Amino acid sequence: MKKCPVSQLDALFASVAARQKLYIPAGEAKTAAFQPWQEGMKLTDALNTVRSAKDLFFPQVENLVNFKVTGKQIEIIENRDPSEPFVVFGVRACDCRSFDILDKVFLCDPVDTYYKTRRENGVIMTLACTEPEETCFCTAFGIDPTDPAGDVSCWMDGENLYLRANTEKGETLLSELPMLSDGDAPAADKTVFDRLPLKNLPLDKFGGEHMMELFKYEKWAGLAESCLGCGACTFVCPTCQCYDIREFNTGDEIKRFRCWDSCMYSDFTLMSAGQPRPTQLERFRQRFMHKLVYYPSTHDGEFGCVGCGRCLQKCPISMNIVKVAKTLGEETT
Amino acid sequence: MRQDPLIPMLAVVTDIRQDTPDVKTFRVVGLDGKKPLIHIPGQCAMLSIPGVGEALFSITSSPTNEEYLEFSIKKCGCVTDWLHAMEPGQQVTLRGPYGNGFPVDTDFAGKDLVFVAGGIGLAPLRSVINYVRHFRDRYGSVDIVYGSRSKADLVDYQEILDEWCKEDGISVHLTIDNPQPDWDGHVGFVPNYVKELGFDTGKTVIMCGPPIMIKFTLAGLMEQGFPRDNIYTTLELRMKCALGRCGRCNIGDKFVCKDGPVFRLDQLDQLPDEY
Amino acid sequence: MQELIKAKAVELLENGVCDRVLGWKAGEFFYDVTPAVFRSREEIEKDFVFGPFCGANMSKYLIAESRKEGKIAAFLKPCDTYSFQQLQKEHRIRRENVYAVGVQCEGMCDIDAMKAAGIKGILGADGDGGTLTVHTLYGDKSVERKTVLAERCKCCKSKKLLGCDEIIGGQGEELESNRFAQVEKLEAMTPDERFAFWRGELSRCIRCNACRNVCPACSCEKCVFDNPASGVENKAAANSFEENLFHVIRAFHVAGRCTDCGECSRVCPQHIPLHLLNRKFIKDINELYGDYQAGADMDTRPPLVNFQTDDPEPSVVHERGSEQ
Repeated sequence: MKKCPVSQLDALFASVAARQKLYIPAGEAKTAAFQPWQEGMKLTDALNTVRSAKDLFFPQVENLVNFKVTGKQIEIIENRDPSEPFVVFGVRACDCRSFDILDKVFLCDPVDTYYKTRRENGVIMTLACTEPEETCFCTAFGIDPTDPAGDVSCWMDGENLYLRANTEKGETLLSELPMLSDGDAPAADKTVFDRLPLKNLPLDKFGGEHMMELFKYEKWAGLAESCLGCGACTFVCPTCQCYDIREFNTGDEIKRFRCWDSCMYSDFTLMSAGQPRPTQLERFRQRFMHKLVYYPSTHDGEFGCVGCGRCLQKCPISMNIVKVAKTLGEETT
Repeated sequence: MRQDPLIPMLAVVTDIRQDTPDVKTFRVVGLDGKKPLIHIPGQCAMLSIPGVGEALFSITSSPTNEEYLEFSIKKCGCVTDWLHAMEPGQQVTLRGPYGNGFPVDTDFAGKDLVFVAGGIGLAPLRSVINYVRHFRDRYGSVDIVYGSRSKADLVDYQEILDEWCKEDGISVHLTIDNPQPDWDGHVGFVPNYVKELGFDTGKTVIMCGPPIMIKFTLAGLMEQGFPRDNIYTTLELRMKCALGRCGRCNIGDKFVCKDGPVFRLDQLDQLPDEY
Repeated sequence: MQELIKAKAVELLENGVCDRVLGWKAGEFFYDVTPAVFRSREEIEKDFVFGPFCGANMSKYLIAESRKEGKIAAFLKPCDTYSFQQLQKEHRIRRENVYAVGVQCEGMCDIDAMKAAGIKGILGADGDGGTLTVHTLYGDKSVERKTVLAERCKCCKSKKLLGCDEIIGGQGEELESNRFAQVEKLEAMTPDERFAFWRGELSRCIRCNACRNVCPACSCEKCVFDNPASGVENKAAANSFEENLFHVIRAFHVAGRCTDCGECSRVCPQHIPLHLLNRKFIKDINELYGDYQAGADMDTRPPLVNFQTDDPEPSVVHERGSEQ
């Protein structure tokens, strides 16, 4: 394991940024975001960013391909957004786990090359948590926030940043940083995680086995009742990956791009032939069933949620996966 | 150019046939004049006109056709309106094939088959029917029950008359909703006709048509005692990627684009009814 | 207050005044309350809450609820009642299907303001009057209530409860509010500065539509931005300017109807001060057409749909613009 004095953090960031683009979580707590590092930029005080690290690998909008249409002829024109090597520092254990989930969606056959390119170009430096929020429940999904994964895992105390490379990419990155010396992180104090109010989220009933029972559960109506049908939960979620493919006529060419979409939106499944999810109840149910039942059913029981707590903080009506899981869990036990 | 499953290939529409007042059949080949992709019956492909949109359609020609693909498309929205308005020689983009297709070489092999179709629902079945005709000795008896609003709305009517009806071992049962002067065949709705025909419950049923037809035909079949694991149908939901990622066609733990569109009834019983 | 409201809710249900009650349901913590419809005494006794985090404007829900069969009792805060009246004026709420109980309000708190004050891991809070004791994972902290009030409540325009069937907690008055102070700051900027300010703020928009979906004035059956036939439908920006226009167009569409309830800014996950756009319109309307408060009464015609011979001419745009 390596270390670097906290006082040298700027130099460390500068050194990383000299080789490739570096993103760090920065900004006021209310609007913290992964931002391209610049001289003088400080790490945010917030535990986590508003939008997750997913953005760097699966951006909200990205170009797929362009077309030029002339009479009956069509020309296909490469229009991928360029991707270059980058490092993202300060990813929390929850967001890091989200990449395992996204990988299973985007990297299975046939591989999504837009996502894959960014995954290959990106080096993930995680940062262990020491001061969780009350909305954190990653431990319910077996994530250890004090020992995050990633290409490089980092721990920070008042004096030092400790770094451990976990992959070849990580090794390479650390070997290029001259300010590092050998040193081991002191053992993490985990007691605060035992006090987290949501750590025992009941998840036993979820997964594929009880699909129809959970789907037909009558309390969905009450849970979905005040849902506004916005996409706040979806867009701040590190694991939501539904998208739309749309076109934009630039006047000269047709730009085909994809953008995030939300199963909470009324037009998500709308067809000329009908609407299989006609009310907010069905849409609301879809989002939570997907995370707690459908995704685990096809991925060896792994849940489509990492317990980052963003939806708990951001839902306009404070309805979220914890309330859903508790309500469903209590009834079916 | 770097390849990706979302980047389509170019193809050209070489022939357009007006099948019914609102259905046209489009013949599509690659820019090299050859068949652009290999499929199995029941699979689909994404067709698009850049600037208009992209949509998923059943490939209605049989895989045994080695020259081109055909798509029978009903006019019912933005993309289909445009397709109906275009002329031969138009280039389109194409990607696929997508979906599981019908188990023509496994579950269907050696079976007696009953095809039940309504309206444009014949389109996805046409691929299977012609495949079965091509490898006729691999299957038992073949019955085709097909109905539409009127004679003019029967898709592929010429092919049915000229080829299917004339083939030994294939029984074609056509019906239209209401009597009309130049029609001496059966009149009535498909579900009732299927019941009247009283097929042996050991036969494999393959259905495709409007939801109302499926619903009532199914009720009849259940009444007659057909086992649910011997009835096949196809689902149609909104799709954007056709790769099981964009999320639209997700029903339960299945994606219609990838795990479907062909489902056995007993499989559908295990899924939420959001289709 | 909470006990009074709960008792009233039970009374209204059991006396048959209504068959359901719109209120707030307790969550996992003390602050994550959810608007909910209660249908029985048991539900009310178990989960009904009223406290400093019941910020949601209940009038939005009355659009749909008042079109259902039966009668719903709703507990409305002063700013909710302005929306309630405005929506009746727009024929969006069926008044006869609502029993409106006005509840007086001391201003709602903002959990993000607490977090911005550096308080982490918030588990609970109590204390009357000016000081709150906040219980956290890291021990108790004390905080001045007024410092963690929601932005909109710091410059509350009115404690008046309008058009209710009955009132709990006493009728209030219109207040001297400095709510236009921030608008004035924006007006004092040069056009370039102001442009940069809004470009910066709106650049954070993730187009989640929370502002639109929570807005009582956004009561269209189908929004143009959701309608494929409108030609302007979109769900993500095809370029960096589209999101900006979404908010500008929305502000135009609610101009003259926006009661300044501030829900748009409360729900924005990116903390974009969207209410300032609407407030600018309100200030301009006041200056150009005379003081007008949407939802304040049931009779006056809204200035933007009311022609008068002394209305300002279109040139006012140029004239006011060139003052700068």
